[in-house]
Amino acid sequence: MIPERDRVAVRPGEATIPPGHPWNRLPVIGAVAALVGIVACAILGAANPKQFFFSWLVSFLFFLSLALGALFYVLTQYAAQAGWGIVLRRIGETTFAMLPVMAALFLPLLLGLHDLYEWSHADAAEHDALLRWKAPYLNVPFFLIRAAIYFGSWSFMAILYYRGSSGQDVTGDPGVSARLRRFAGPAIIVLALTQTFASVDWIMSLTPHWYSTMFGVYFFAGSFVGFIALLSVVASAMRGAGLLDTVISPEHLQDIGKLLFAFTVFWAYIAFSQFFLVWYANLPEETTWYRARMEGSWMTVSIFLMAGHFVAPFFYLIGRAVKRRGATLAIGGAWLLAMHFLDLYWQVMPTLHPEGLRPSLLDVAALVAIGGCFVAAASWLMRRQALVPLRDPRLAESLAFENV
Amino acid sequence: MPLLVPQLPKGPNYGILAEFATPADLYHACERVRDAGFTRWDAHTPFPVHGLDKAMGLRRSRLPWIVLAMGLTGAALGFALQWWVHASAYPLVISGKPFFAWPAMIPITFELGVLFAALGAVFGMLGLNRLPMHNHPLFRSKVFERVTDDAFFISIESWDPRFDPSGTGKLLESLGARNVELMESE
Repeated sequence: MIPERDRVAVRPGEATIPPGHPWNRLPVIGAVAALVGIVACAILGAANPKQFFFSWLVSFLFFLSLALGALFYVLTQYAAQAGWGIVLRRIGETTFAMLPVMAALFLPLLLGLHDLYEWSHADAAEHDALLRWKAPYLNVPFFLIRAAIYFGSWSFMAILYYRGSSGQDVTGDPGVSARLRRFAGPAIIVLALTQTFASVDWIMSLTPHWYSTMFGVYFFAGSFVGFIALLSVVASAMRGAGLLDTVISPEHLQDIGKLLFAFTVFWAYIAFSQFFLVWYANLPEETTWYRARMEGSWMTVSIFLMAGHFVAPFFYLIGRAVKRRGATLAIGGAWLLAMHFLDLYWQVMPTLHPEGLRPSLLDVAALVAIGGCFVAAASWLMRRQALVPLRDPRLAESLAFENV
Repeated sequence: MPLLVPQLPKGPNYGILAEFATPADLYHACERVRDAGFTRWDAHTPFPVHGLDKAMGLRRSRLPWIVLAMGLTGAALGFALQWWVHASAYPLVISGKPFFAWPAMIPITFELGVLFAALGAVFGMLGLNRLPMHNHPLFRSKVFERVTDDAFFISIESWDPRFDPSGTGKLLESLGARNVELMESE
């Protein structure tokens, strides 16, 4: 009724990174990191290509899942005609705009299909009844066609939504919001299907005898927690760096925190449900995957994941004050980003190292290489346009947003 | 505010009821009543007025703590019950699992945690609001009937330390009240 903050618009000058601001150097910093990482990958990977491909896969999946989580976040904001999050939307748009970049970073994996995927060996399928039976789906040409479809549809959606939103900054046409809202419903369906099949292709098929019908949801849950964690870190860091500090308010931070809390619980719910059904039924072809993760040091990682990806953040994020302060929220977000990485590592690496946790320098090199590319490209995009959708019809609503 | 007031304190008056024409008038009047240091008072509106809790200076509800305590209690009870039944009182081998098969106990633990938290939220809310309350002295005011329609009210109770029948009434009038009424006790 009587808003405490009566802002209705953001001046373009407030929503750009000013000249001389330290964030202007991020593209260069990211590019240098990428270069160092790629050189390290080349040197270390030449000696141990198998380890390189697995390390690259984990880091690729990590940043891909952040971009997919961002796409889902923005699509749901449009579909629900959400007003509160308009000031945060450009962070999501910049993140999902990395999907075409991720397509390029996928290419190195194509050189290592035989190192990664047992089913890609013709002789393996010949001597294995299950793999022979799955061969109509798990074969190299169809795998490549599917990957092209995934990246094609993701890039199409990313460009459609990115261009639509940045175009609205210029034209101010409210029809753009209505048009993107109409597309959002079908786009969510396309994203759900492609993301599910991609998780089956790239993670589940590492253990080709195993299957879980919940795996797609599990990957989605992780990707959404990952993106919201990234959003909390970026939004807090922006405020800390004096960018949008009068636009993004503690009210917005609290809502990010609520989403982070909710989807941490959702991740735990899905992760446990997947384990629970396999554990209860106790069928050999389903238990192999968990058995590998319940022995030796992988069991330690499993327990750490339960405590670190669910129990600790649950009690940390449950309070109100923690979610409303940038510093405390960002700590929770950074922790959950690390846990999301560990979750993917735990899904992928036992295939390569069934004997136990074997951290490698290549894990770090691949993370720095892909992360460097991601940060360089994203921060370069951020400098090119306003940090908030300046002429979105719901911007005033978002600026005045208050939690009740 | 205390959790429960078993009966209204003795005295000739219940308090003062003041009617305001618009939510904005009420909002600003609330700020002034808050700043004047009153503690035993309330605002009544036909619909939620955004930010009124801040204008009134209300503290945050204690309900979340009740819900958290109840949720943890429920989860602990659910887990303990199953542990006692399966691992202690009636150990049976079920589908080859150990007696203390904790994964099987998680769904019930979760459900009881949710159930207790929900019960804590509902009954905690009722308790903090002192509900159910079948009658209230304010209902004897004819003007107050419009509180569910188009009128906005502030009521200040007579046992507020700063209450003074004439002074408080004058204060409310000076804040733009169009109708100030001294309510009698039963």
